[in-house]
Amino acid sequence: MNAYYELPMEDAGYSFGFLDEYAKKEVRRCILKAISVPGYQTPYASREMPMGRGFGTGGLQLTLSLIGADDTLKVIDQGSDDSVNAVNLRQFVQLTCPGVQVTEKTQEATLIQSRHRIPEKPLTEQQILVLQVPYPDALVVVEPSEARRKVMHGEADYSRLLVKLYEDVVRFAEITLSHRYPTRINGHYVIDPSPIPRWDVPRLHQSPALVLLGAGREKKIYAVPPYTVAEPLVFDDIAFRVEDFRDSNGNRIACRCCGSTESFLDELIDDAGKVTHQCSDSSYCEEHQETISARKQA
Amino acid sequence: MSYVAIKGGKAAIDGAASATEYLRSKGSLQEPLSLAMIEEQLRLLTSRVVSEGGLYHPRLAALALKQFQGDTLEAAFALRAYRSTKPRLLESPVQDTANMRCIRRISSAFKEVPGGQYLGATYDYALRLLQLDLAHEDPAAFKAVAQSFLRDTPDAELPDNFPKVIDSLRAEGLLPPVAPSRAAAFDITRDPLVFPVPRSAALATMARAETGGLLAMAYSNMRGYGDVHPTVAELRVGYLPVMLPHPVTGELMEAGEVLITECEVVAMYEGSNGDELPTFTLGYGACFGHNEVKAISMAILDRALQKGMRDGPGNPSEDPEFVLLHVDGVDSMGFASHYKMPHYVTFQSDMDRLRTTQQKMQQKSQEETA
Repeated sequence: MNAYYELPMEDAGYSFGFLDEYAKKEVRRCILKAISVPGYQTPYASREMPMGRGFGTGGLQLTLSLIGADDTLKVIDQGSDDSVNAVNLRQFVQLTCPGVQVTEKTQEATLIQSRHRIPEKPLTEQQILVLQVPYPDALVVVEPSEARRKVMHGEADYSRLLVKLYEDVVRFAEITLSHRYPTRINGHYVIDPSPIPRWDVPRLHQSPALVLLGAGREKKIYAVPPYTVAEPLVFDDIAFRVEDFRDSNGNRIACRCCGSTESFLDELIDDAGKVTHQCSDSSYCEEHQETISARKQA
Repeated sequence: MSYVAIKGGKAAIDGAASATEYLRSKGSLQEPLSLAMIEEQLRLLTSRVVSEGGLYHPRLAALALKQFQGDTLEAAFALRAYRSTKPRLLESPVQDTANMRCIRRISSAFKEVPGGQYLGATYDYALRLLQLDLAHEDPAAFKAVAQSFLRDTPDAELPDNFPKVIDSLRAEGLLPPVAPSRAAAFDITRDPLVFPVPRSAALATMARAETGGLLAMAYSNMRGYGDVHPTVAELRVGYLPVMLPHPVTGELMEAGEVLITECEVVAMYEGSNGDELPTFTLGYGACFGHNEVKAISMAILDRALQKGMRDGPGNPSEDPEFVLLHVDGVDSMGFASHYKMPHYVTFQSDMDRLRTTQQKMQQKSQEETA
């Protein structure tokens, strides 16, 4: 470069939502396509974001394309608003989207971006849930080639996935898929619902809120539109089972903070090596604690 | 409804940022690096970053290298993210690399080529002996190096540009003629790769691929997982004038120049179609900056992928999906790094499956022994 060249020093003029308007428009078009064909992985030209691929760049592009100054955003990672990555993403949106409100309360948010969890509190028609996706294709477990998987999806050929589940039952007497549980949407496409636990899968079924899934690195957008059938892949005689939070006596373990026996729990090991449990959804847990202390005072 | 104060996470992120900045500046007796120093004295590092970042801006590449303390993956990543904020203004016409102002051009196919061989600046024949006198370089002597080079180099009859070696091979009928119809180039920044993809998509992906990743794939082909057996018809490094249409008249005009490396490899002939005579086959590599290993790797892979696209892949380096989806530095480093993020929920779910399976297996073996 010319030795006399000086970098322009004025603040880099980033537009609202960081991405240029053409990019946002393209993402919105793909969202419409994804909603129109429930569960279909719509390819899009994913842009590089200023955080790592795998840190939620797909979800972030969805959020930035949808968000307006009148929106209220909640960002969670592992169920928590305070997780480092959630903080980082939220700060970035605040930096690039002046006017946008943020909240930790599930019911206050119009837009929720999440990694690995669906909030415990039921979502409403007024909300959109954006899930961050590392592997958009449920078939990757049985077929590495994307071109071949695309044909299998088109033909709704999920036989190899069912064989994998069957082999699990034969070898281990259990389906060993723990999270990212293959889920059939609207009777055709089977999706990878992102690495949510099995606990959250039933929440996709007939959800009043629109659920959008974005894979930035793999460049795919797909959707579970509101009030759509979402069924985990199972056999007639082997039921789908969510995570089991019972102790050795068969009693449901309660959260150590709020005492809830109805939420997905994180397992913690303290310095003494003792195992305790706590709600994974921090907003749910805090609200439950407040309700209980209010009840005690009353 | 209001902004809710964030607890531990924000403090942790801020702390990490200041610890990183501390490490950048802790050599307390030193001057901060100037961007020009990075761009000039670490020119090959800068080259790598402009190439992998897919943005020709050596000064910003130098800034990114400074900011990310020499990490090429991170620096290239920052350029890409910067690029995301810029709209695409136009599609450039095909640029003719015969117009390149070469600083180096060689052919390993012929002893003599039209225009001549120019070794230029290369470490190829340098002895890799550590030059300890660089440890304490006298600034005056340092400046004198460049001055004496320029003084001693005759204002040679160096031509402005050189004919392309492959043109003479084409003229002789050893290479197939350039295919007349050319579809518009695939823009990987605006369209996702949906396989099968055209060759232009493969070339664009490799042009901004991570050098090490591309080299590993190409090396697998060189060693035996493939059979390209290339001969470098021509490798040239130089400044390519970028011709763009004038916004008003539409006439092509020179908008600037970019340093690029270009490599054409020739591989053995294959069976021909019908009554056409067999010809050698060609592999093409080009990238921003001075990156010879990358351009050679790309040219070999281009040949391997063309073969795979035609006959079906016989090995990984001939499989477009395998090569093109695994050579991008931003994608691969991002995903490798993401494993450092919390995975409590999925691991909880994994433990649930293992415990249940263990219980069931135990019950089963107890029942069998009973």
